[in-house]
Amino acid sequence: MSVLVNKSSNVIVQGFTGKEGSFHAEQMIAYGTNVVGGVTPGKGGQKHLDKAVFNTVQEAVEKEGADVSVIFVPPAFSGDAIMEAAEAGIKVIVCITEGIPVQDMVKVKEYIQKFDCRLIGPNCPGVITPEEAKVGIMPGFIHRKGSIGIVSRSGTLTYEAVDQVTKAGMGQSTCIGIGGDPIVGTTTKEAVQLLMNDPETEGIVMIGEIGGNMEADAANWIKEHGTKPVVGFIAGQTAPKGRTMGHAGAIIGGEDDTAEAKMRIMEACGIHTVKSPAQIGAMMVEALKK
Amino acid sequence: MNLHEYQGKDLLKKYGVAIQEGIMAENVDHAMKAYDTISEQSGNEACVIKAQIHAGGRGKGGGVKLAKNKEECREHAENILGMMLKTPQTPGGMEGPGKLVRKILIAEDAYAPDFSACKEYYISILTDRERRQNVIIYSTEGGMDIEAVAEKTPHLVHKEYIDPSLGLQGFQMRKVAFNLGLSGKAFKEMTKFIKSLYAAFTGSDASLFEINPCIKTADDRIVAVDCKVTLDDNALFRHPELAELRDVHEEDPTEVEAKKYDLNYVKLDGNVGCMVNGAGLAMATMDIIKLSGGDPANFLDVGGTANAERVEQAFRIILKDENVKAILINIFGGIVRCDRVAQGVVDAYKNMGNINVPIIVRLQGTNADIAKTIIDESGLKVHSAILLQEAADLVSEVLA
Repeated sequence: MSVLVNKSSNVIVQGFTGKEGSFHAEQMIAYGTNVVGGVTPGKGGQKHLDKAVFNTVQEAVEKEGADVSVIFVPPAFSGDAIMEAAEAGIKVIVCITEGIPVQDMVKVKEYIQKFDCRLIGPNCPGVITPEEAKVGIMPGFIHRKGSIGIVSRSGTLTYEAVDQVTKAGMGQSTCIGIGGDPIVGTTTKEAVQLLMNDPETEGIVMIGEIGGNMEADAANWIKEHGTKPVVGFIAGQTAPKGRTMGHAGAIIGGEDDTAEAKMRIMEACGIHTVKSPAQIGAMMVEALKK
Repeated sequence: MNLHEYQGKDLLKKYGVAIQEGIMAENVDHAMKAYDTISEQSGNEACVIKAQIHAGGRGKGGGVKLAKNKEECREHAENILGMMLKTPQTPGGMEGPGKLVRKILIAEDAYAPDFSACKEYYISILTDRERRQNVIIYSTEGGMDIEAVAEKTPHLVHKEYIDPSLGLQGFQMRKVAFNLGLSGKAFKEMTKFIKSLYAAFTGSDASLFEINPCIKTADDRIVAVDCKVTLDDNALFRHPELAELRDVHEEDPTEVEAKKYDLNYVKLDGNVGCMVNGAGLAMATMDIIKLSGGDPANFLDVGGTANAERVEQAFRIILKDENVKAILINIFGGIVRCDRVAQGVVDAYKNMGNINVPIIVRLQGTNADIAKTIIDESGLKVHSAILLQEAADLVSEVLA
């Protein structure tokens, strides 16, 4: 099992022939991901990295049975790329791009609701099911196949958690980087739900940060429906109010979206909450014993 | 990006929103010329002098004054221009140093001729993250702190959510006007006001509009008296004319410099500097510093390419802060190779010569062990770590 992506996913890359797209497509292929081609409008019919290039996502779906797409196009065109993928019938759309205007995402979210698809990101490291499919920019070698699901709004902090889980002798079922923007395709709660329903996942690491109420939402859901131990951490305990901390979505607006408030809610909902990001792996070992 | 009041009003006016008319001035001579124009336009000798800084509550610190005539206007302009204005929102609040006022707005007295016949409202537009929709928030309790109003009298705060694909609808504009208790000419004016305001919001890719107060005048006009405008930085590529409105004087000079090198830096007031790749890990590193007995002196995300040049720039920026007693470098190398970052740290350290504060370098990920060897064998006074907990312990150690 695992969720979202696996070895039989037919993955395409939008923005395939660009610098970022090429580099990461190559890394994904080297990891063993089943990349079946890519899309660059105007370059259809060519070959790139030994795979077919298409003008439209539609064509990639028809000819290669593409069902997962990873997007590396510049921010001004990313909203359009997401909508194209949804309309063409792609089931899992992973948007790596950082810097998409919020008003674009408001429209995109509304549009893609009409289709049977799931958007991960934008502004995220992607999704990986270790030893099966890496759909994103994360370093593959830190992951091990296993039973811990990871959900996070961050990139390198996710790698940190993965590394700790691996070093603690466990592995990962699927790691989902949901992204650091104010509006993301899949919320913390939705990602936790996917992992909670995955028979292969035995424990979940949930990493959040300041801003918004996604973690509180997820925590309340876990309290009612959770069947597996969840370890949680919120980055930004020392962040000042009203300043954007790197991620567009990481800004404290009121008293409810500080790290402290979120951790209090998570604790109250039975999540094994750690104050130190260095304790994520160790806490998971403890949580699984209970 | 935040705009000044006068810039925000210019933007609103372009979309047909009725505003309190005014002219920005940077010195007293200009202020006097502005006064002549404004008093002639409004047919009123009285005017308002408003300090232009990026902080609310300007009136509380003496940054907004009503002048009965030209002489008073000159007096206030002289006093406000160049003052260090303290408001509850400037750094350190009313106890802090305040912010230097470089510009003032000479504005008409929008409440004339009959202050008591005017009614104040609150109107804002923002994007609701959870519902992924724009929302108009409005209240009859204008001129007050809306958070306090929402807490004490939640029934007086109304919200109108906008469908992303259809946009603002006619019935919604009418609802706003009715809920604010308007009728007749004022009702019509308000629907027009809301329509233009929403067009300005979407047209400029704003993330926040706050009109507080917006007033109904004695002759039933609806006028924006103040406005706070925040634009979406990610959308500025679509609005080069708005991008030019950035006022670097309103930002921390070190943060402005960091931006030049593509470093994402936020100054804080602690004693341990940090340099990290990735925003989430950077915040987590600040938290680790606190748990280790220190206080973070900054947030600094060096991004994906942590080469020698960037590391050196980051060092220079962190060391500008005299409070810094130690520096923690935390890099999780994925695509970035740790050995290259380590070499960058060593090179930057040697280039800069005399760094007097202890440095802790934690490199994890690709080639982490080679990186540790490079640091350990460099002969520099740099502590190296691989695990995050080791780095945390080293922070406690050097601060002890």
